[in-house]
Amino acid sequence: MSGFGYLLPYDYSPLTILSYVLVLALYGIALLRMSEAMRPGPLRITTFVLGVLVCYGVMQTRFDYYSQYMFFVHRGQHLILHHLGPFLIALSNPLPVLRFWHQQLGPRVRHWLQPLGLLYRILQQPVIAAVLFVGLIYFWLWPAIHFDAMLSRDLYWLMNWSMLLDGLLFWWLIFDPRSPAHTNALGYGKRILILALVALPQMFLGAWIVFSREMVYDVYEVCGRAWPMAPETDQLLGGLLTWIPPAMMSILGILIILRRAMHADDNRPRDKVPESDHTLAGDHA
Amino acid sequence: MTTLRHMWLALGITVTLAGCSGNSGENWHGKDISGLMPELQFELTGADNQTVTAEDSEGSVRLLYFGFTSCPDVCPTTLAKLQTAIRQLPESHRDDITTLFVSVDPERDTPERLASYVEFFGERIVGLTGDEPALRKLSKRYRTTFGYDEPDDEGNYNVSHSSAVYVFDRTGEARLLLRSDLTPQQISDDLERLVSD
Repeated sequence: MSGFGYLLPYDYSPLTILSYVLVLALYGIALLRMSEAMRPGPLRITTFVLGVLVCYGVMQTRFDYYSQYMFFVHRGQHLILHHLGPFLIALSNPLPVLRFWHQQLGPRVRHWLQPLGLLYRILQQPVIAAVLFVGLIYFWLWPAIHFDAMLSRDLYWLMNWSMLLDGLLFWWLIFDPRSPAHTNALGYGKRILILALVALPQMFLGAWIVFSREMVYDVYEVCGRAWPMAPETDQLLGGLLTWIPPAMMSILGILIILRRAMHADDNRPRDKVPESDHTLAGDHA
Repeated sequence: MTTLRHMWLALGITVTLAGCSGNSGENWHGKDISGLMPELQFELTGADNQTVTAEDSEGSVRLLYFGFTSCPDVCPTTLAKLQTAIRQLPESHRDDITTLFVSVDPERDTPERLASYVEFFGERIVGLTGDEPALRKLSKRYRTTFGYDEPDDEGNYNVSHSSAVYVFDRTGEARLLLRSDLTPQQISDDLERLVSD
């Protein structure tokens, strides 16, 4: 296969491609049209685009083929869709872009979007968000569910999209750029607690996969592997990818939040909070 | 404390849901794949270089299996097991089952070689192959794949392929996936139910 061939989707999904084009287009238009003061810097733009591109890459290139037929590549795909991609996107702080588009919407559209806002606020309750984040990983890795998801094209797409959307919700909650001191954003302590708590069940699951003597995910055996690799090796690598990188990303997230918290402490005036100190979209990326 | 209880509740629901869908209603020995996969459809080359499609065997229960004739153990074992299972059925039912053996190694498996290979296992087996794009298309349709190892000094190479048998009913709907750990008796039970449907 030619180098270009590897960039083409294995399972072409017009809806997926359209979504990605739309996201990048909306982001780009907002950048061009928003005021200079609000516009994110080059580093943040790069971080955002990189986050979007890695997610696209694992969904609509040859990578997707290997994800369907190798367990460890599949784990790598979910690591990017649920962790790394959304992590970068949230860290890039696209809040000014979201605000820009929110202002463009007429009051009628905003009214229609209200139920969506309610759903969003429910999903962003810390306990719900954390349970959903870990729950989805467990759900799709439940051997019987995983088997069906790899056999059915519809379920497979549902699985990948649900992982991506939940990843975005979760990391957006964690890296919410608004200051918890002045807005209703989640407090730094709670964010750190969530990051530590979600790491534990992921480590447990990964370790369980690594140390399982028998084949937990035999669908790759049943459906044939992309190349002949020992099933034990595949499962071991997949387990390691479920175990270690997500735990490291939790640690990384904690460090970033700690830095913000310390920053906020340093900047806190001794006697009273000045009204002008409400820079909502701080450049944290 | 209530938050903790909620967390357990949510986890419990997830687990229950997962448990339910793993074993749907009817108790087949094979894995029930109704609704998970598209109906049987292919266009491949049979013995004598004739084009064979799914319509040619319509009306019978079809067993679709991917393999290659140089396969050291799993292909012959599976084919032999399927034939044992079919021979256990009442005679009137045996003709209602067609086994489709698709070779994913067209480089080595010519239609002639394939024909003599399947003949060894029984009568109602059709040996099929095609060019790589046609085989890729079929395997992609059934969410499976195949791959080749590097050839050794004598030009022999291993081929990775699906180890399961896809079962389609008389109308061509995907019904069961037979994993390699089933016994001939279990396969026979499932086939009898499908044929009598």
